[in-house]
Amino acid sequence: MAELHLPPTLPPLFRELPRRIELDAATVEEAIERLDERWPGLRDRLCEPGPLLRPHINVFVDRERAALDTALAAGSRVDVIAAISGG
Amino acid sequence: MPRIVLLVGTRKGCFLLESDEHRRDWSVRGPFCDGWPIYHAVHDPDSGTIYAAAASEWHGAGVWRSGDLGESWELSSEGLAYAEGSLKLSKISGLTAAHGRVLAGAEAAGVFESRDGGRTWSLLTTLDGQPGRTDWNDPANQPPGHLGLPAVLPHPDDPSRFWAVVQGFGIFETTDDGTSWTPRNRGLRADWPVEDPEVGYCVHKLVMSPVDRERLYQQNHCGMHRSDDGGRSWVEVTEGLPTDFGFAAAAHPHDRDGFYVIPLDPGHGRCMPAGRAAVWRTRDAGATWERLDRGLPQRDAHLSVLREGLAIDALDVPGLYFGTSTGQVFASADEGESWSEIAGYLPGISSVEVAVLA
Repeated sequence: MAELHLPPTLPPLFRELPRRIELDAATVEEAIERLDERWPGLRDRLCEPGPLLRPHINVFVDRERAALDTALAAGSRVDVIAAISGG
Repeated sequence: MPRIVLLVGTRKGCFLLESDEHRRDWSVRGPFCDGWPIYHAVHDPDSGTIYAAAASEWHGAGVWRSGDLGESWELSSEGLAYAEGSLKLSKISGLTAAHGRVLAGAEAAGVFESRDGGRTWSLLTTLDGQPGRTDWNDPANQPPGHLGLPAVLPHPDDPSRFWAVVQGFGIFETTDDGTSWTPRNRGLRADWPVEDPEVGYCVHKLVMSPVDRERLYQQNHCGMHRSDDGGRSWVEVTEGLPTDFGFAAAAHPHDRDGFYVIPLDPGHGRCMPAGRAAVWRTRDAGATWERLDRGLPQRDAHLSVLREGLAIDALDVPGLYFGTSTGQVFASADEGESWSEIAGYLPGISSVEVAVLA
């Protein structure tokens, strides 16, 4: 099981979406797919056609910068972070 | 007694301002749409649904919808995308609800439609083959804040006929629901070289008189213009106004010769001239103009109003409303003769629309 941590801008968009969730997935992309199955539309909030991560969405796996094809291991921590900007 | 609801799109969410037919006392609700930047919020009089075009820097573009006047909201972007490897959708710039569907103008330039109340969307057209089409999505031709295709003006009687505005290129008309198009820019002025006289004009706001389907008005980057033949030709009616630049415009609901604009300084500031706020009105189709400023700030008021920032209701004595890019909303219950500020501290305003509810 990987442990996902989601940005605070996502839960208001999807009913009962938690900030922290555990799920089985082999890659970052697969983890996002699992989320999209349960909360339809969530993939579009993180990815654009390609698929690619949106320009201001950053993913770290075990503190290392990751992409959609980054592999996840049992116990991986995945941080999905919206770019720190705006005002 | 009718309820008057203003739909105000801002940089940080959608707000709803509500009053009765007297339009004196207003309540404010919001922010809605989780504080997403809203480019244009509209009310569909047939379904009662509110739609709000949004684009988050983090989470992409979508359209929020509320079927209960703002009590609850849902976001959808299903189908709001171009094919992989073609254009890139950055924002939904403008919305139109008419004839049982919603049309969304987008950047990059295209029109999407929804026939299920905003739940799903499909691409209707990118105006392929039109003059300028190969240039207008080139990032080198796009200024900051580019809106792509910011507006669609529907024909009230014919669902297959509408006009699309492409930023910096002009108006295109279709009479077959987007299958074919005709540029409708004859007579417009451009203060820059135009390679193809059919296109290259910067149309900021296009409106139709509700009482004359052939009478169109527009606020252009270069002057105010009127058409008496459904957009096939245009005549400039700028003389008498303090500047030829502005964004917002509104047509009088009962008088085909009545038209309102908000002239701005055309330089970088793009504010009302001399720090004195005013709306300008013609009642003779642009032959003469009058300044309407009673109740508006006349000192140090460096206000700007964007292209969807002015609205007019259809009551017997119409009310006018405008929102500024610094967050004030001003209202008039007497056709613009006198004004009052009805909200002063909203986020920067992109759009104001008005709904009259029975």
